[in-house]
Amino acid sequence: MFLLLPFDSLIVNLLGISLTVLFTLLLVFIIVPAVFGVSFGIRKLYMKTLLKIFAWATLRMERGAKEKNHQLYKPYTNGIIAKDPTSLEEEIKEIRRSGSSKALDNTPEFELSDIFYFCRKGMETIMDDEVTKRFSAEELESWNLLSRTNYNFQYISLRLTVLWGLGVLIRYCLLLPLRIALAFTGISLLVVGTTMVGYLPNGRFKEFLSKHVHLMCYRICVRALTAIITYHDRKNRPRNGGICVANHTSPIDVIILASDGYYAMVGQVHGGLMGVIQRAMVKACPHVWFERSEVKDRHLVAKRLTEHVQDKSKLPILIFPEGTCINNTSVMMFKKGSFEIGATVYPVAIKYDPQFGDAFWNSSKYGMVTYLLRMMTSWAIVCSVWYLPPMTRQAEEDAVQFANRVKSAIARQGGLVDLLWDGGLKREKVKDTFKEEQQKLYSKMIVGNHEDRSRS
Amino acid sequence: NVTRVSLLLRHSQMTEIKMETCFSHNQIIYLYSQFTSLDKGENGTLSWEDFQWIPELVIKSLGDWLISAFFQEGKDQAGFRESAKSTNCTLLFDYGLDKNDKIFHNELFQVLRMMAGVNVTDEQLGGITDRTIQEADLERDGAISFEEFVEALEKADVKQKVSISFLE
Repeated sequence: MFLLLPFDSLIVNLLGISLTVLFTLLLVFIIVPAVFGVSFGIRKLYMKTLLKIFAWATLRMERGAKEKNHQLYKPYTNGIIAKDPTSLEEEIKEIRRSGSSKALDNTPEFELSDIFYFCRKGMETIMDDEVTKRFSAEELESWNLLSRTNYNFQYISLRLTVLWGLGVLIRYCLLLPLRIALAFTGISLLVVGTTMVGYLPNGRFKEFLSKHVHLMCYRICVRALTAIITYHDRKNRPRNGGICVANHTSPIDVIILASDGYYAMVGQVHGGLMGVIQRAMVKACPHVWFERSEVKDRHLVAKRLTEHVQDKSKLPILIFPEGTCINNTSVMMFKKGSFEIGATVYPVAIKYDPQFGDAFWNSSKYGMVTYLLRMMTSWAIVCSVWYLPPMTRQAEEDAVQFANRVKSAIARQGGLVDLLWDGGLKREKVKDTFKEEQQKLYSKMIVGNHEDRSRS
Repeated sequence: NVTRVSLLLRHSQMTEIKMETCFSHNQIIYLYSQFTSLDKGENGTLSWEDFQWIPELVIKSLGDWLISAFFQEGKDQAGFRESAKSTNCTLLFDYGLDKNDKIFHNELFQVLRMMAGVNVTDEQLGGITDRTIQEADLERDGAISFEEFVEALEKADVKQKVSISFLE
């Protein structure tokens, strides 16, 4: 036994050294390009290989299902109900017209079939409504070897299980430590870098350094997530004095946008690590941080934002008007605050490809730490970013209409469903005013303005 | 979340639901996903409260009336199997109606009140209720029976328009 001990420690030492060397090489291979903003194209190759493996896995599952004479679950991207987007009035008129109703003109009338119209509509929303499904992760067409996205687990063969096991090993034992190391590096560099830049006197040199410290650190964070981003129309990138608005899916959105542009962040002051980062960042360049108490005061918020955009030397503000994370299949109501300020709005559409890792943060289900762990144990985060041409508020539209116009543009570009519903419905129930509107509309239809009919 | 579906929806339950309703295998899984998303308490059943979280339903007139169709006599929780039956396409006409029930003036008035809200006076609503019952009541007993109901709808030839159309 004594003879084995020194032999053992030799093996352990060799293992330790080789791992360290490997690790360092990888870190250098990844961090150095991040600093200079170049890419070797390794991630794209990685993506292609993974896609081939996923396709194979799905085929095997389909074969497994066929053997058992079962059906594989295929997700419905547009829901299960055929809905036509007509208004309440139009649909009721249609129903009445199709029947043999005596009243051929538009006299207000009640028909028994109206009850069924409402019942049908109601039942449809119970089975498949537009809002509930926006707050849970998007479903995938083919399996991506993550157990968290498998809907047909009973059809996995031995070979597939082995492959999945290998995947787990790679993701948790190779990728995760690497990514954590990168994230740690990125965040520390950001804090240290911005603090040091903060000591410099204000001027062009300080701005130059600040910009590059920010960019470099965000790029390292991008690699910490293995985020593969495709930017489109970079000529439309936001300029000073403008506001950049984008759809919100996760806190990662900030990293994705800030690694390609220099923005002033807006947000609430946090405690803990977040707070440390915020305090450091604001030393290098003016970000807009609000105290908790100030956030409630809409006038104060608007005032500070207005002051910021009016100063042309200050950076474009980055804002997510939805106010909460949505699952990236739709864009929900934009809060009008940012659109009242009167600055040029630069819309940005972000669409994630959930195939390699779903970036959506379901905040009612996972805390921040669990979420980040899930992100760092996915294969990759793949997304496309479109910089849309700048928009300004027209004379005849108000802030809400302007917000909706921008929202539609973003939805159209990203291929997302454009909803009028408020993202706040994730946590709060819908207001009664909507119901009252519907009732008013229907009342007009059955009673109208004919006062004399009530007496017959 | 569909991930848990295969684990929670047992094969036997699935076969039963397929027999009792007209939904396909995939549609049942989709509905179960919706069911579990609404089941905030994660106890396998839906309560009245859970339905209030569907914004599009809550703002619709008759939303409450529809929800009550999910809860059987005296119960305040609805399991998935009962819920699937309640939404079944062919039973669209049986909203809380027993074939022996009749719709009296009072009930129709209440339904109309739900649909129109506070924007119509009692007088106007009463008038409309009277007229509707007059038109449909063939037996002249002051109430609409199930057969008269179906008759009125057939006359209006609207069966097509009031049934739910599913995709694919």
